[in-house]
Amino acid sequence: MDMETDQIHQIDVGNLLAFNPSHRFPSAPSSREELVKECVTEGTKLVQAIADTLFNFPSTETSDGPLVQLPRPTTKLPREKHLPRPKPPTKWEEFALKKGIQKRKKDKIVYDENTDQFKRRHGYDRVNDDNDIPIIEAKASDEPGEDPFAKRLDDKKKRVGKQEKNRLQNLKTAAKAGALPSHVQLAVTALPISGTKTQPQKIGKDALGDVAGLAATSTASGGKFDKKLPGEKPPKKQGKHHKYLPVLPHRGKVDEEKEQTNKVLSKLLSKHSHEILNVGKAINMYNDKKEKKKSGRSDKLKAKKDITKKKPYANKAQ
Amino acid sequence: MMEIRTPKTHKAKRVLEKRAPKLVENGKKTLILHGTKTSATLSAVLMELYRLKKGGAIKYSRRNENIRPFESGGETSLEFFSLKTDCSIFAYGSHTKKRPDNLVLGRMYDHHVYDLIEVGIENFKSLLSFSYDKKIAPHEGSKPFICFTGEGFENVPELKQLKEVLTDLFRGEVVDNLNLTGLDRAYICSAISPTKVFLTHCAIKLKKSGTIVPRIELVEVGPSMDLVIRRNRLPNEGLRKEAMKSSKDKPKKKLKNVDQDDVLGKRGRIYIPEQEVGKNPLPDKSKGVKRERREGKLKKNKEEGSASKKQKESE
Repeated sequence: MDMETDQIHQIDVGNLLAFNPSHRFPSAPSSREELVKECVTEGTKLVQAIADTLFNFPSTETSDGPLVQLPRPTTKLPREKHLPRPKPPTKWEEFALKKGIQKRKKDKIVYDENTDQFKRRHGYDRVNDDNDIPIIEAKASDEPGEDPFAKRLDDKKKRVGKQEKNRLQNLKTAAKAGALPSHVQLAVTALPISGTKTQPQKIGKDALGDVAGLAATSTASGGKFDKKLPGEKPPKKQGKHHKYLPVLPHRGKVDEEKEQTNKVLSKLLSKHSHEILNVGKAINMYNDKKEKKKSGRSDKLKAKKDITKKKPYANKAQ
Repeated sequence: MMEIRTPKTHKAKRVLEKRAPKLVENGKKTLILHGTKTSATLSAVLMELYRLKKGGAIKYSRRNENIRPFESGGETSLEFFSLKTDCSIFAYGSHTKKRPDNLVLGRMYDHHVYDLIEVGIENFKSLLSFSYDKKIAPHEGSKPFICFTGEGFENVPELKQLKEVLTDLFRGEVVDNLNLTGLDRAYICSAISPTKVFLTHCAIKLKKSGTIVPRIELVEVGPSMDLVIRRNRLPNEGLRKEAMKSSKDKPKKKLKNVDQDDVLGKRGRIYIPEQEVGKNPLPDKSKGVKRERREGKLKKNKEEGSASKKQKESE
């Protein structure tokens, strides 16, 4: 139980840490169990050394057990995050420093002249409420058509807007110095405007879905074999939209194909057919077709004349 | 176009304040994840490490193929996870033919990799294989004793770094007050050779001895393994200096101008600054109300005050 030798242990009570640098383990360990045993016994000695100092501290009794005040840890370990940086002074603070303006504490309750009462400074039923003014006297500098109440509201909005802008600027300088307060985040909402002042339009969900389909049509296979992203919907029916009528009519239903042709025929043979049919256009189309037939098939399918070959018996002299 | 974004709920605000850089920091949280392949021993090691550090650890169960801590580009994922989970220590396990049962322990500073140490695990014994009396089983989240034995921890630089990393890993929160009944675990690390460290986790049995200090007995309960040092990466000197910087230990504020006297008791001194009579602005008292009215009002208020007091007494 007693320690024979005065082994120098480096003890850090704050961390409950102990280090024994002088023990030497045998280079050729006898067996695994013996090694483990040796380690545990050495460990026990160290824990005992820490406990010696720990239990000798003045302890306070609580319901859970004796409470001991630990000293600060002595081993230095690296920090997790940087030290908090000092906040740069805001523009108002700089101005106040320069001018020597002192901060004055404002009371929550203020005496109101108009009602001879003590009212609160902010909130419900406050002193000097802007909305409560019944009459605004006209000054010589006022224009005749202006609404002074609206003007007051306008002025207030401008002041509030200016204050918000100043606040943003102060936060930006703080962010530059790396001292942004922890609960504030500065987020970029839009890209810097270049060119026109128009706001970029937000594309709707449906339009975005169609874009992939549009891009796919430019591929050689028409986007049929493109790898689809997870969640991408298959393209809506592309290409020509045909509606084929049934060949055989259903029982009791009208033969739609017959009806279609009858409709066209009746229109052509009706009294006012000359109004429906553009005779001039029809004649032109007919003539074009005839000429094409005469000249043979289209030029593409025609066998091309080989100009390198010379005609036999060509009379050059003429 | 910049926008100021503040949290809309108190809970979100508290979370942000908890994660902000502070003078006195919170305990470091550990991130446990594994790479492309893990062997049975390695997954057991990671699981048990998570159990030991239950309160302050986050375990990811998916495999991460693009994390390579020792390569320059392979740390981005780790840094992202560290930022999202607010973890400053990570334990990354992987198993390859070249490096079987590989465990990389690393620390972060400002969510960037600070230092790394790679160890191989041998002779792993899971905590399920130890049999012991359930009464002495250590409780979750208790502050452990950490013991290092062996001259290797002083002489070999890699072992020195491992000692620091293991201290950081097992330490938990730094506390001011400690309940002596809650001491029930100890981590024993022994440098059995210049490249090998034997790590085991024991429960503490307090036995009666003649003095206030109880006799300590250790019983092996937890996982035990051999750590073989492989690679390591030390932090840059500049980064190390910055990370080790601590705010000057604030000496306890001396209470000035107060002295204790046996005869007179506690005495204090008050200093009144020079009254600049002409300089201070006068308080804005209502101009429209004349003196008589003002005084009359004060009297009225006093009466009202005493009347309400009487009402209260009668109630």
